[in-house]
Amino acid sequence: MADIAQDIPIAAQAPPARTTGVLGWLRANLFNGVFNSILTLLCLALLAFAIPPVIRWALIDAIWSAPSGQQCHGAGACWAFIAEKARFILFGFFPAGETWRPATVVGIFLVMILIACNRRSWGRRLAVVWVVGLLAVFALMRGGALGLTPVETAMWSGLPLTLILAVVAMLLGFPLGVLLALGRRSRLPAVRAICIGYIELVRGVPLITVLFMASLMLPLFLPSGMTVDKLIRAQVAFILFAGAYLAEVVRGGLQAIPKGQTEAADTLGLSYWQRTRLIVLPQALTMVIPPLVNTFIGMFKDTSLVLIISLFDLLSCAETALTDANWPGFYIEAYVFVGLIYWSFCFFMSRYSQVLEREFNRGKRR
Amino acid sequence: MAGEGASLGATPSRPAPWRDPKIRGIAYQVAFVAIVVGFAAFVVHNTLVNIGRQNIALGFGFLHREAAFGIGESLIDYSPADTYARAFLVGLVNTLHVAALGVVLATILGTLMGLARLSSNWLVGKLAQIYVETFRNIPLALQLFFWWGLLTKLAPGPRQAWQILPDVFVSNRGISFPVPVASPAYKWVALAFVVGVVLTVAMRRWARRRQMATGVQFPAGWAALGLLAGLPALAFVASGVPLALDAPALKGFNFSGGSTMSPEFAALLLGLVVYTGTFIAEIVRAGILAVSWGQSEAALALGLKSGQRMRLVVLPQALRVIIPPMTSQYLNLTKNSSLAVIIGFPDLVSIANTTINQTGQAIEGIAMIMAVYLVISLTISLAMNLYNRTVALVER
Amino acid sequence: MRTFSMKFWSILAAAAMIAVFGALNSAQAGPTLDKVKQAGSLSCGVSTGIAGFSQPDSQGNFSGIDVDVCRALAAAVLGDPGKVKFVPLTAQQRFTALQSGEVDILSRNTTWTLQRDAELGINFGPVVYYDGQGFMVAAKLGVKSAKELNGATICVQPGTTTELNLADYFRANKMEYKPVVIEKLDEVVAAFFGGRCDVFTTDRSQLAAVRVSRAPSPGDYMILPEVISKEPLAPAVRQGDDQWHDIVDWTIFALIQAEESGITKANVDDMMKSDDPNIKRMLGVTPGMGKLLGLEENWAYNEIKLVGNYGEIFDRNIGAGSPLKLERGLNALWKNGGLQYAMPIR
Repeated sequence: MADIAQDIPIAAQAPPARTTGVLGWLRANLFNGVFNSILTLLCLALLAFAIPPVIRWALIDAIWSAPSGQQCHGAGACWAFIAEKARFILFGFFPAGETWRPATVVGIFLVMILIACNRRSWGRRLAVVWVVGLLAVFALMRGGALGLTPVETAMWSGLPLTLILAVVAMLLGFPLGVLLALGRRSRLPAVRAICIGYIELVRGVPLITVLFMASLMLPLFLPSGMTVDKLIRAQVAFILFAGAYLAEVVRGGLQAIPKGQTEAADTLGLSYWQRTRLIVLPQALTMVIPPLVNTFIGMFKDTSLVLIISLFDLLSCAETALTDANWPGFYIEAYVFVGLIYWSFCFFMSRYSQVLEREFNRGKRR
Repeated sequence: MAGEGASLGATPSRPAPWRDPKIRGIAYQVAFVAIVVGFAAFVVHNTLVNIGRQNIALGFGFLHREAAFGIGESLIDYSPADTYARAFLVGLVNTLHVAALGVVLATILGTLMGLARLSSNWLVGKLAQIYVETFRNIPLALQLFFWWGLLTKLAPGPRQAWQILPDVFVSNRGISFPVPVASPAYKWVALAFVVGVVLTVAMRRWARRRQMATGVQFPAGWAALGLLAGLPALAFVASGVPLALDAPALKGFNFSGGSTMSPEFAALLLGLVVYTGTFIAEIVRAGILAVSWGQSEAALALGLKSGQRMRLVVLPQALRVIIPPMTSQYLNLTKNSSLAVIIGFPDLVSIANTTINQTGQAIEGIAMIMAVYLVISLTISLAMNLYNRTVALVER
Repeated sequence: MRTFSMKFWSILAAAAMIAVFGALNSAQAGPTLDKVKQAGSLSCGVSTGIAGFSQPDSQGNFSGIDVDVCRALAAAVLGDPGKVKFVPLTAQQRFTALQSGEVDILSRNTTWTLQRDAELGINFGPVVYYDGQGFMVAAKLGVKSAKELNGATICVQPGTTTELNLADYFRANKMEYKPVVIEKLDEVVAAFFGGRCDVFTTDRSQLAAVRVSRAPSPGDYMILPEVISKEPLAPAVRQGDDQWHDIVDWTIFALIQAEESGITKANVDDMMKSDDPNIKRMLGVTPGMGKLLGLEENWAYNEIKLVGNYGEIFDRNIGAGSPLKLERGLNALWKNGGLQYAMPIR
């Protein structure tokens, strides 16, 4: 340390780097240091290399309308293919004259999901809305009443099928999952063993094998002469599958409940079911809502596997649309279209789950 | 509920049998087991009746019969004259092959992207975020179709193959790349690497003991690099730098020489890595963010450099958060490799599928697939639960 | 959550149970004929899409020769060719669907083999289409014979007899090949025309169908002369219901016999006045045949009137009247040098 009393003038220093304004932002976020500057330049080069051809393909050189596929092969995308096939990709084999019905069904699902996303709506009334909505969905798809033409389940396809499979799997898988999670934490060894066995069995195998089982083996498991609709078999597979995954999510919530809560309930003289219903589950289930939304996103994506058992969901319909000899070879257009539908749905849900998570953690954040 | 009454023993206040929690617990369990067993018996009975009535053959005898179908790619010797059992084995090896490669590559990609999302560089962070948000929210099946379509339908034939690197060609027959010509030198290089690993472990142990005793630090990182990379390099140079490469060349219909990754394998691997990578990126990011900032501040206060802070303070704590979900991602990747069936890569499920079609033995085929995946999953799951027990916070 | 009462949840659960089990179809075990009559419709397993055999249009209406076999059966049994519920099945699902009773007849271009007949609990009806396996290659490869295919990459559907015949043929000729197996026909065809494989192999009728309907320009592809297998495609029914097996046999024989006797969709009403005792027996003018099968006496009349005879079905779906334009070949009537031969209806 220099002697304080000494009077040595300090050389003038350069002013500190700007931290405000465009330049300041650039310096702070893109060019802070040699390594970061090189990275930034590399990224910019990558973008300059990749973006212009994509824009040219998707917008500038694209063909927006064409009478047939042969007139649609150019340097760019053929969006005329999507215009031509959108109805089929979205609604599949559902009779063309009745397109309003699956379209309404998709609308009902979107409205129901939006309502459910509003925290203020959570309560018994929401459940009523959902039951009514689902009944309306099945009435619309099935027909046969109110002057609607009946439509076999084999014709249910496209986006409505995807939504039905995912939503019903979650709704019916949820009670199963709660029971399994409680069973897994039960103090009764036999109950615990069976629940653990089921959960680990289903989670240990790929969804494909569960679907194979439902489609190939379930008919052999039933009393002879009894047959089950193909769609319902797939739906059962999804419910059983969702049940095992939801059980683990719920278990996470159960584990996070402090032991004091159950001890307090015991002290009050509550029975096991009273304690579970009134004290444990309300706390545990609220805690696991964000991961539940994530499980739903997973289920929604997993429904695309039904194409293996020849059900026609959104992806399957797109694959079928690609086989039209008059419109050959527009793979990227079809995949981009379908991919965008899946993406916007999943992206919205995952953003929602993040928001919820942040809200729930507000009390715990420092 | 069971057990609470036990300590009371035979006191006068012993409750009536139907109120005794212990007895009720047993009764519940008996009832539950009876229901489950009854249901299972119902299913088995129906199955046996159906099978008997329709004269369907049952049993694993078919495994010894000749498979008589060809398999496109196999790491072990296989011909149509081999048995179904052998075909299953081919499928299993293919599944493990793609899963093992996928796990390694997805971990690398995911970790890079997870770190990139935390980067102070805005552009890098955004690009990583776009990658994660895009590929995580699109079904894997769709991604597989996309990559496979790109490789088989848009890639040119072998004669007009895209040359993306010297001697690396992409065509609709796959990705052809050069491989080193086999030479005895590689054996020595491998041996040198093993010696390097052993020496590194020993060296680190010694360095730590010395630091504990004397406080003198040893540049363990540099020494390890020297041992792990230097020794093999030395062996490589000592054996005369055998750099001959077997490069692919167009011959007849197709490329010969080098090694070729089929479009199915490449699409499956790419799809699995890109998809699982997004989840791993999020796990890595969340794990690092989970370590509270106070830890870093404390490390800074102790005067640790940023690398040391990461290595000694942040990472060990982050790993505790990262490893369990990471393990389940590895599991998911392995299970997701069964989607190979939709693009025609001969994995376990795809071959079992063919076998079921050819023999009609659906029950046996599906049972075998499930058994194999269960063994893989339970092994990983068991290890994970053991690990979970050691890291979980201990409550009363 | 807390506000939900137990009662409320149990009502929800009950509603769900009803919704699930309401859709269960608990048809009685026993003779298939009774089941079909009771249900008022025939459940028919078809392929998910093979041009000319069974192919859905974008409305989901199926057409093809396999489809018409089911329509004819429905016409004979129920008097209405529209009362068929078509169940599209993958190659993998087809036998289980039949075994479990999900479908009453499997009319899904299935090859009749000993192993399937003996091991799967099914019986085959009369052969509807005699086929053989062939190879298709791009003309520009300059390959003239299947013997020159050593080392080729070959697209094939897994789980079919085709896959086995292919392996056998290459083994027998000491050649190597690299299979690319894709389960869905559409996908495997797209892969072949996309250049993923040098060769596509399947039944020759399908090769022709695919070349016409899917090739960017059909002239660029040629079907090699070798026929490497016998592929008799026949409908199948469950074992243990002989009456139903008989009905399937004879509805198909009647279609063939009608062509032989010159009875067509157009002239069947005039033929009712025919003096030929054989025709009178078949069309039910002389009663007896229908009763023996457990059907109405006008069973064969309905088939022919509502669906057409074998020749008409063939022409309309895969023959001269269709885009596929396949020759009758082996599928001509026996008296024209083919193999189609109906057992006497008497």
